[in-house]
Amino acid sequence: MNDPARPIATAPVTVIKRHRIATRLWHWITAVAMFIMIGSGIGILKAHPRFYWGRYGANFDQAWTTLDQWPGWVVTLINLLTIPASYNLAISRRWHLFFALVLSFALLGFMIVSLFNRHFQRDLRVRAGELAPREVAHDVREHLALRFHDPKRPAAYNILQKLSYVATIFILLPVMILTGLAMSPAMDAAWPWLLDIFGGRQSARSIHFIAMVALVLFIIAHLALVILAGAWNEVRSMITGRFTVPGHVPAHTGEDAA
Amino acid sequence: MSIIITRRSLVAGAAVGAGALLTGCDKIIQHPEARKILFMGEEMQRGLQRALTDRNALVPEFSAAQMSPIFRSNGTRNPGTPAYTEMLVNNFADYRLRVGGLVDRPLSLSLPQLRQMPARAQITRHDCVEGWSAIAKWQGPKLATLLQAAGIRDTARYIVFTCADLYRGTPYYESIDLIDAFHPQTILAWALNDQILDVAHGAPVRLRVERQLGYKHAKYIMAIDAVASLAGIGKGKGGYWEDNVDYDWYAGI
Repeated sequence: MNDPARPIATAPVTVIKRHRIATRLWHWITAVAMFIMIGSGIGILKAHPRFYWGRYGANFDQAWTTLDQWPGWVVTLINLLTIPASYNLAISRRWHLFFALVLSFALLGFMIVSLFNRHFQRDLRVRAGELAPREVAHDVREHLALRFHDPKRPAAYNILQKLSYVATIFILLPVMILTGLAMSPAMDAAWPWLLDIFGGRQSARSIHFIAMVALVLFIIAHLALVILAGAWNEVRSMITGRFTVPGHVPAHTGEDAA
Repeated sequence: MSIIITRRSLVAGAAVGAGALLTGCDKIIQHPEARKILFMGEEMQRGLQRALTDRNALVPEFSAAQMSPIFRSNGTRNPGTPAYTEMLVNNFADYRLRVGGLVDRPLSLSLPQLRQMPARAQITRHDCVEGWSAIAKWQGPKLATLLQAAGIRDTARYIVFTCADLYRGTPYYESIDLIDAFHPQTILAWALNDQILDVAHGAPVRLRVERQLGYKHAKYIMAIDAVASLAGIGKGKGGYWEDNVDYDWYAGI
């Protein structure tokens, strides 16, 4: 068994500091909060499992998708994930609206800290040339060959990784929060532009649902790649910050992907 | 490396962890303390909204062309009690809306009296806690007009609505604070889409409290009381759903 997580005993390895404390803390708070948000969100969805476009939408109006159109395995899966396990809209809402604050303020805090400690600028900024088709194609080939770390800069994020993190942190999560707020009748009074940007409350509810599906796909890809890239090393680097790389690497490469 | 973790064990571990977290979620809120923390979310949402946004902000109003073709009814569709049926048969000729509690001049208003009061008409969106929305036109006097006419006292903090429909044998009840009670779009609607309010939608009078979810919009209102505290109302949480199935009292989100 050739497990990348298991270094060959004789090969020289270097332990480097990879993720900063703010990143690690935010990662795990968000992981738990997302899990609860998805489960409780499914509970809320079940109260009216129909989705519409526009300002209004109820039973007599045209829905673009409803739960009874979904494949059986999807329904089984969402039943497994529902919080609480037995249908209870009030309790699902309690979980959802509490952890909505946890998720949102954790993201806000992480964004502020990561601007100041330059995590965003250093590690997530897409650099000139990285988006060139040749570079992206190279990274796709590297992914298919299950090589995820550039040997010269093993702690740095590759371009596909950067793009997926940027999309999640700066697009999907903010869209999730803003569409969530757009469903609040009180927030719609205070900030009517929420309705303008999403095209009405029922459109916001549909986009909230679609963005959730996109986040679930991100989570699946993220977990799969963590496992393929060497599960224990990757998970440990997100817990303790320490990351093992093959060979001898200078203590500080100038490009630390915290 | 002394710790050796295989992919398979990691996946299994993650699945077990997720399962534990799921059942943990259901277990943890059995604990009164955990429940108290989780339920603090309501106060946090209300506090943040009240602190960061304009308390008098108006909800968007729509044009006639933007209205729902059909406005679905929900909750009680007909109270069906002998007392309500009797009023209905007489076309609500005997109906009186009682305004009391912490007021200087308790009122007892007939339907013609309510309809003669200056009315506000508004085309607004109704959002059910379940997730659906419907847009319709509502018309009726502002709640503020009635409270001022009754001379609401300074000691009043909440307005409680008692209704003609029964839930578990007792009349439906709901309550709001004075910020929402005096909001210009908070009205006692007696007309829906330019028709006299029908039974399914709360005849003869129902509340519109536009910045909150549907269950706060009490239908079949019989009495309005100004109170200093919600302690003596039902089980003390201010409404039927709040008292019996853990719904938020503040339903602004």
